[in-house]
Parts: sequence; structure tokens; C-alpha cells
Amino acid sequence: MQPPASATDQDRIEVKNTTCYMCACRCGIRVTLKNGEVRYIQGNPDHPLNQGVICAKGSSGIMKQYSPARLTKPLRRKPGSERGDGEFEEISWDEAFAVMAERLARIRATDPKKFALFTGRDQMQAVTGLFAKQFGTPNYAAHGGFCSVNMAAGMIYTIGGSFWEFGGPDLERAKLFVMIGTAEDHHSNPMKIALSKFKRSGGRFVSINPVRTGYSAIADEWVPIRPGTDGALLLALIHEIIRLGLYDRDFLVQYSNAAELVNLDENSSEFGMFVRTEVPAEEGCFDPQNKLWWDRVSNKPVVTRTEGADPFLLGEFALSDGTPVKPSFQLLQERVKDYTPDWAEGITGVPAATIRRLAHEMGVTARDQKIELPIAWTDTWGKEHDTVTGNPVAFHAMRGLAAHSNGFHTIRALAILMSLLGTIDRPGGFRHKAPFPRPIPPCAKTPKGPEGVQPDTPLGGMALGWPAEPDDLFVDDKGEPVRLDKAFSWEYPLAVHGLMHNAITNAWRGDPYPIDTMLIFMANMAWNSAMNTVQVRDMLKDKREDGEYKIPFLIVCDAFQSEMTAFADLVLPDTTYLERHDVMSMLDRPISEFDGPVDSVRIPVLPPSGECKPFQEVLIELGSRLKLPVFVNQDGSRKYRDYPDFITNYETEPGSGIGFLAGWRGKGGEKFMRGEPNPRQWEMYAKNNCVYHHHLPRSYQYMRNWNQGYLEWAQRNRITRYAEPILIHIYSEVLQKFRLAAQGKAEGKRPPERLKARIETYFDPLPFYYEPLEMQLSDNAKFPLNAVTQRPMAMYHSWDSQNAWLRQIHTHNYLFVNPLTAKAQGIADDDWIWVESMHGKVRCMCRYSEAVEPGTVWTWNAIGKSKGAWNLAPEANESEKGFLLNHLISEELPPHADGPHLSNSDPVTGQAAWYDVKVKITKAEAGEPEQTSPQFKSVPVAPGMTRKRKGWFGFFAGKGEWK
Amino acid sequence: MTQLALVIDLNVCVGCHACVTSCKEWNTSGAAGAMSDDRPYGADPTGTFFNRVQTYEVGCFPKTETVHFPKSCLHCEEPPCVPVCPTGASYKRKEDGIVLVDYDKCIGCKYCSWACPYGVREIDEHQKVMKKCTLCVDRIYDLSLPEAERRPACVMACPTSARLFGDVHDPDSAVSEAIRESGGYQLMPEWGTKPSNHYLPRRKTQIRIHTDELIRADNPLKKERQLPKPDQNEPSLDDVTSW
Repeated sequence: MQPPASATDQDRIEVKNTTCYMCACRCGIRVTLKNGEVRYIQGNPDHPLNQGVICAKGSSGIMKQYSPARLTKPLRRKPGSERGDGEFEEISWDEAFAVMAERLARIRATDPKKFALFTGRDQMQAVTGLFAKQFGTPNYAAHGGFCSVNMAAGMIYTIGGSFWEFGGPDLERAKLFVMIGTAEDHHSNPMKIALSKFKRSGGRFVSINPVRTGYSAIADEWVPIRPGTDGALLLALIHEIIRLGLYDRDFLVQYSNAAELVNLDENSSEFGMFVRTEVPAEEGCFDPQNKLWWDRVSNKPVVTRTEGADPFLLGEFALSDGTPVKPSFQLLQERVKDYTPDWAEGITGVPAATIRRLAHEMGVTARDQKIELPIAWTDTWGKEHDTVTGNPVAFHAMRGLAAHSNGFHTIRALAILMSLLGTIDRPGGFRHKAPFPRPIPPCAKTPKGPEGVQPDTPLGGMALGWPAEPDDLFVDDKGEPVRLDKAFSWEYPLAVHGLMHNAITNAWRGDPYPIDTMLIFMANMAWNSAMNTVQVRDMLKDKREDGEYKIPFLIVCDAFQSEMTAFADLVLPDTTYLERHDVMSMLDRPISEFDGPVDSVRIPVLPPSGECKPFQEVLIELGSRLKLPVFVNQDGSRKYRDYPDFITNYETEPGSGIGFLAGWRGKGGEKFMRGEPNPRQWEMYAKNNCVYHHHLPRSYQYMRNWNQGYLEWAQRNRITRYAEPILIHIYSEVLQKFRLAAQGKAEGKRPPERLKARIETYFDPLPFYYEPLEMQLSDNAKFPLNAVTQRPMAMYHSWDSQNAWLRQIHTHNYLFVNPLTAKAQGIADDDWIWVESMHGKVRCMCRYSEAVEPGTVWTWNAIGKSKGAWNLAPEANESEKGFLLNHLISEELPPHADGPHLSNSDPVTGQAAWYDVKVKITKAEAGEPEQTSPQFKSVPVAPGMTRKRKGWFGFFAGKGEWK
Repeated sequence: MTQLALVIDLNVCVGCHACVTSCKEWNTSGAAGAMSDDRPYGADPTGTFFNRVQTYEVGCFPKTETVHFPKSCLHCEEPPCVPVCPTGASYKRKEDGIVLVDYDKCIGCKYCSWACPYGVREIDEHQKVMKKCTLCVDRIYDLSLPEAERRPACVMACPTSARLFGDVHDPDSAVSEAIRESGGYQLMPEWGTKPSNHYLPRRKTQIRIHTDELIRADNPLKKERQLPKPDQNEPSLDDVTSW
């Protein structure tokens, strides 16, 4: 090489800040441009999230920007061609908007629910959700239902917050860290930063996972476990901790409903509900303080938190009218009585001695290594505290727990374990991030029936909400669903993120009704985001008897040509993240830190390629053309010039002072959190690293469920409606209300006959273990193995396996099999094999691995591609050797007692049960092609994909070759 | 005499590949670039990377360790790649110990890559020259960069800060201290190459709990009438003796 040559004087060097979008982590990045081409993307050292670091994906953003799979023109399916063929012709944006506006106006004026909007890994649900609500359709969701909604619902219905961007482990002060079912994470770089500091400061890291990859590699102990059995492990840990008295009694008494008395009169309509002393003066979405304890001092029932009272957590009592009652903790103890470590060993494969030891490590560390921080705070009952206490045991969990049909109760068990150890919003334990904690459940609600959907009218509620009782369900008078995906119906009552994985199948079948137009943004529903991919692709092109497609009109917006775009009638070319404005908003899922709210923005560092248009601009334009109330003035004229103008000026209601961005509000940018719109807000974000970090006072940073100062601050800033304590729901009355409805004991909405037993079983107010539904329905002798997937760090939450650099790291995937398991089938390392479930079979290559428990096989997900998709060559490894496990996983359960077409999902939340599939493996026959199966017809290059796929290149920015 | 090097902490490396692609993106448009990619969208894509992460499994289930092992030029103090070079293209800098290739002199004969026992040299099939890690020599002395950024791209990127950079000959440097305090080691020292880069081994933390720590006087179960007391009607010493 030559001695270092600096840029010449003629070179035009620009350095701009924005926010990464190679995954959901949303790090601050600094982009260096040389003569208008991307020279270097580095982590922004002044950004609170990533503190200067960047990952493999972020460093490969250049190859995303210059990918030959970029779409650059609006496209229409060629007349006469069939869906899936990928035959397109260019049209203008004017034509595209005219087609969409005409069609959507007609739908909106007749039956708005015939328009469905589903989005993928987008980070703009506040805008997409607003558009759907204004349009008036209930059929809106993002990908949470098939990703990890169990993690959100299970924890939010228990502690008022969850992992991901909602909260996380405080590794700065933890001494013991237990990670369950996690390979990588949303909060990717912050987790890596924290984990490294934690390890270096001598913390102990235990990883519980069927597979040892990613973070687990550096764990001090790896505890292999069988997929879908985490609930059994967690319940056994709870058993052991209660048995030995290793729980934090004071914490449970003060901050949870553990000591509250439950009515156990089986003849009462209040059976299983907390005993109430009086009707609360104000009803709202919070827990009224009108429950009872049984006081140890006076040995009689008292109102909770009566001065001087100390309640029993265990025991059984009778009220003066004879009503039998027990503290809910007693019911928990009874529940876990038989969930012994020995019982769990048989289910999980984790030795009972290991389970006991883990319970002891957790309990003793929490009890004996307490942290006392000299931070004075006041609780919601007015009691002043001189210190904040921490029990330094932290947990983290993700899809390994969530993506099972028993995941909701598993995650409830985890949240309860964390609560027993006294670790909620305390130093060294779990800590919330704004806008969490929220009430249990949060206040947002959907309409309660079909009357919420009216022509030319915004939806009469949110498209997604948080049911607190059966009456909150979104069902008709027969108890049947209003939403296309059947969320918030008796089939999946707490489907708080929707069920995107069933949207296409339901629309195709016309169950509960046929639709007209489906708009899909940034979701590969014809490939790795679909369960049952082969048949879903057929459904997308299936026709009625009259020759019309069963889903008549399909619009897809994406930056890249993909398996999905091939099925579109209309393709809208999105920009990359380097070409757009975006907000990571408090109204959505911001990037808050433990110490306070943080929001951030993207500001374009490059002009849009070709005719690419950010999806938000499409929505603003459509909203204006359709005259959706939010997007127009009273005279019907367009209200917002464009997306940046919308972000600057939109307020949740006129004069509320609450908008998408919390930083630099007020006329001159002098106000924060609340204030009038600031016309120069974008500039101020640009000058401040594209991020606003609001540091809360130290006294507001902990114990926020019960912290008066924090809750009142949150209320003033409209983060929460009520400054009432958010008690931990060890025992869930919300679930019991659904069970009472199923038992016919409660007034109000009741489930249809066919679902009564299902609701009664799964709406148990205390967590319980059951074998995942599909496993119950599988022939375990024929299909003995569990099959799961993980995403590799270099591709987690990205959709970039076409990325020229990243695909050199993971070019195709193998099925990883423990050698014991493989040898039993006569399979050698690198052999071609068939992996088969009751739903289908896939040919792939086997790779021996000692880092997977013998009953499990696994692979990296979404490496396999359909031929020609993403503008990869037809002979690319991704389509020759790479494979999708999705072909083996159904979006519906086999017909069984509860119904013929129930989703393959958690019966509480509708979370897609990706990891419930059971498989067998066999060696491929000699002479079979050494190629993955199934194969799909190649997708041609679409018009406007101007960048040619090159045979080789040496990327060098700044010479004008890559503009 | 200064010897710049990397010290890589395997105790915290999670194998995320940030160092791999951040190296590529900096260097492909830098003094050592371009770093070509063959068949970038075709079968068996392969390109020039100065730094790669290899993943190994060690031991048998369930006692399996998964080890992520980043590997790049080790900037040996006795680099076997230098004396074999017929044109003098491969050289070690006196001032900082960095091993470099002068592309103007390199004829692409690959002697150096055969001599290197670590397999860290990468031939560029298109420029016909040998390439390798330069420790970002075009960053670390660039006075136009803020001082905190005069570090190799991989070091700046690494989310777990598993990559330390400095002078391993300076006993007071952070890298020397890490080698000393955390058991830093060289790869295959028996070859006599004296690699400058070092690795820090895995370190395990355990918690030791004695049985008697499980029960304490303030066990909360005591408040729940759960530690059984005998019933007053049950037989006691009073029933059998009176002295």
C-alpha cells in the first residue's frame, strides 16, 4: 500500500449524523460522504444508546445503500401477467396515487374494514397506526404478533413493563445475570456494551438456552434446556424460592398484590376476585386501593396498607360473613407445590440439582448482596424513603420464551420470579424505560364491537389495545371477531399486537370476511415472515370462481425487490434509512434509557435514489387525498406539506403540546417533553446528534411503579393518565375475569360455546405449565425432535442477506444437529438430509454441533432465499443450499376439539408459535440433487433496478462510480 | 521501541462480526483499498477481509464452550512473511512495528502468505497484490481526526470493547497491563514469530453458597406460621416426668 493519502483538496467531504436502521436497535451513526458517496459509517460517540460503537450490520450500511436489489420506480403488475411472476411495468407516482386514492376512497365510503394495513419491522407504528385509525379500519398491525408479543403482554400484564426498548436488566449494578431464550436482541449494542462491563466487573452470567451461540458463548454457565419447557423451569425455581423463604417479603407486601385476599366462595360471582371493601369513587385504568389484607397483628382483615398492619402472605381465613379467603401468595404457593425441581427435570432436561442451585444463587444473591443507594424518594402512599434498595439479580429473555403457545404463562412466571426476588425497577435488577411503567393493563382500548367501524369515519377506538376485561373485546353480538386477524376475539383475547401471521390466510379464506385491498409495508409475507410459506404464496395468487384474486388488490411498499414484491399488484419504492426523515418517538417505541426518556430522529444524508419515496410521505399524501381528518384542515385542504412538516406540527390534540418529538418544543425550542410546535425542531435535533435525552432527577429513576414524584411528572407530561400506584399482579384478576365469563359466572360478554373450555383453561390467574399446543397434537414418536431458529448477530432484525458483505459471513445455513442425534440416523457431518414435520419437508445440509441439546435441531433463520429474489444470481448459495424452516411450520393448528382453523399461536395473546414444531431428520437418498428443496420459480429483475449485479467489484467511495 | 498491537479479550467477544465489516468499510475506501469482492451477489461470494471471526466449539455436550475467535495480522516481531519477500514489498516498520505491504513493489507471488503460519494475508486477485491488516495506519496518525478516533476501525466499532490497541512494549500501557493482569497469551509462540497481538482467555465467575446460608433467622416464612410449632395438646416431658 501507499503511505497514507489524505483526501485531496478537490474531494468534497461531508460528515452528517443520523440514526441507524440496519436493525431495531437504532444506534446513533455518523456518516462520512466523499464526493456524495458513502465513505464510512461509524457509531456516534456522543449518542447515549451506542456510545460510539457500531455492529456488523451498521458497518455494512454502504452495501445496503448501493444494493442491486434497490427498487427505484413505482411498478404495476403487467396486465395479463400473474401474481408471483414478478412481471412489472413502471408507472408514475401520480398514477400510483390515483389508483390507490380511488380504490381506498371507495372502500372507506362503503366498508373500511376491507382495507388492511400490515407492517413489518417498521419503527413508525405511531404514524401507520394513526393512518389506519383515521381511515377507519380495524385491520392494522405490525409484526409484533409473530415476533414476541408474549414478552410484551406477559410482562406488561404482570409488572407494567417489559424487556426490549420497554425496560431491561441493570447490568451496571447486577451481580447475577440470567438470560433465558435469547441469542441476540433488539437492544443489541447496548446489551453488548453492558454485558462486557458486567463480565469484566466479576458478575456471574448464566445462560439458559437449547443452543449455545451469541451471548451464551461468554456465559459462565450454559444450562441447556428443551424448547418450550422454560415455564416448567421457572415454576420450579419459584417453588424452591418459596420453599426456602428466599423471597423478598417486604417488597411483595408493599408493591404487589401478593398479600391481598382472594374470595374463594365458589358460589359467588366474585369467586377468584380480590375482596373489595367499597366501590371506588373514581374508576379508571388503575387498581383501586380498596382490597383487604389479613393483618398478623390484629388477626383480622384490614384495608391494605393500613398504618401499623402487617399482612399474612400465607394462610386461609374467613371473613365475618363466612366468605373463605386466602392471600394471593398462598394461592401461588399452592400452585407451585407440585412444580418441584424433580418434576421439572423430567420436562426440561435440566438436572434438579442444577435447578435448586440456580434458585439458591438467585435467592441468596438477592437477599445478601443488597444495594442501598442514598436516593430519597416518596412512594404513592406518601411514605418517604431515605434510600433505594436493590437486589442485584437481573434477567433477560426474548423469543425463546415468547414464540411458544405456552409463552404467555411462561413469561408471567418469569415476571413473578423477578418480583419474588424484589428486583422490579430497582438497582441491579430490572429497570423500566419511559413511557413504561404503564398501568396494568395500559389504558388504550379498541372499539368494543362492529359499531366502531363506520363508513367515512375514523375507527371508534385504537386498532390495537389492552383489554382489561371481557367487555373490552372487539367482537360482535355473537362473540365473533371484528378484526380480520381475529385479535381481541375470544380466540386470542389479549392479542395486543395483532396476528399478522394469520392475516393473509384469513383474507384468502374470507373468514371472518373477505377484504378488498391489503397494503404491506416492509414485511416479507411471501417468505421468511410467513408461517407455511409455500401455501401462503399460493393463497396470494389464488382466484375466486369469477377469476378475481381472492385478495383482490395487494400493494407492497419496500426498498428492495423481494419474494414479497413479486406478488404485488402495485409496488411502491421506499427509500433507505440514509435517504429519509424518521422519528423514534415517545408516541411509539422510543429509545429511552433507564434514567429517562430518549427520542431520536433520522435526517437524510443522501437524496432519494431514483423515484424512491419514504413510506411516511406515501401515507401523508394518501391521507390528504382521502381527506382523513387529521391530515386536512376544516375546509378539506391539505394540512401538512410533507412528513417533516407533519412531525413538527402534529399535536395529539389541538394545543396539547404533545407531539411526536419531545425535544426542543416551544416556539423557540426552549421547552421539553411538552410545548407548542417549534418550526426549527428538526434543525435542533440535527445540531444535537439527532437525539434528545431527558435526564430524570435521581429520585425519579427507580421504583417508578410506586414513585409519587415520577408518576406525577409522567402525568404532567401525559406519559400516563393516572398517578396511581402500579401494583405487581402476582395474581391476575384480569385473567380471572375472562375465566369467570367462560364459566358463566360474570355479567357481560361471554365466549361462544366452542371456546368456553379453552378460555377457562388458559385464563388462569396464576401461571401454569402446559405442553405447547402443537406438541400436544404432534405424533411425538414419529416427530421426536424440536426445531428452532435463531438469527445471527450479523443479521439480527435486518433484512439484508443480499448485503454483499454480510452474505459473505452467512452465505447459506445448515441444520445444526447434535452428533449423537445425527449418528442415530446414520447422518454424517455435511450430509444432505430431509427435515420433516407433519406439515412439510425441507432438504438441507446437516452440520454437527456439540452446542445444541440432543433433542433439538436448529438453524439460522432467513438466510435461505427464493431464487432471483433480492437480485441474487439464480445460482446463489442462498437459494441453492440455504433453506427456510418456515415450510415446516403451520400458521394454523391441525383441526382439533377447539376448532378447525385456530391459529398456531398462544391461546391468550395470539403470539405465533414458531418454536413449537416437532420434526424428524433422515438422510437424503443417494442420487438426490445436492440442492435445497422446495425450489421456487426465479423472480426476474424489475424495471428500475438500475444497478447491475456485478461479477466483482472493489468498492471505493468518492470516485463517482456508486452514486 | 514501540510495538503497536491489538489485545483481544475472548472473555467478552460475542462473535458479532462488528470488527469484520467495520474494518472492511474503512479500509476499502482507504489507503489499503479497494478490498475487492468476487461474485458479491452470486455463488460462493468471496472477498478481501483483513479481519475475520472464526467460531469453534470446544468440548462435548453438555460441557460445550463456544469460542468466537477474531483473527487478523498479528504484526509479529519476527515476521516470517518479511524475509521471504523477493521484492522487499513486505516490511516491518521500525517506528511502530506495524507489518505492511508496499503495493508498488508487490508482485503478488504469495510467498508471504505461504510463510505466514497464521493465514492472515489476503491476495487481491484483481489488483494482484497481497493485502492485510494495517492497524489502520491511515487513521492512527491522522491529525485531522479527533484524538479518540486515532484508533483502528475495528477497535472503535467493537461493542464489547474486546479489542484493545496500544504499545505492547510500553509496560505502562493499557494493553501491557491487560496482558499482565489477565493472562494474555500469544498464538503458537513455539514458531518463534513473537506475535505482537495477544489474546486474553475466558474467565469464569462462580457463586459459592453454603447450605447454612439458605436459612436465616429473619426467614420470612417465620411470619407465616409456616415453621411448625407442636400443638399444646401433644405429649411433652410434662406428661412423663415430674422432677
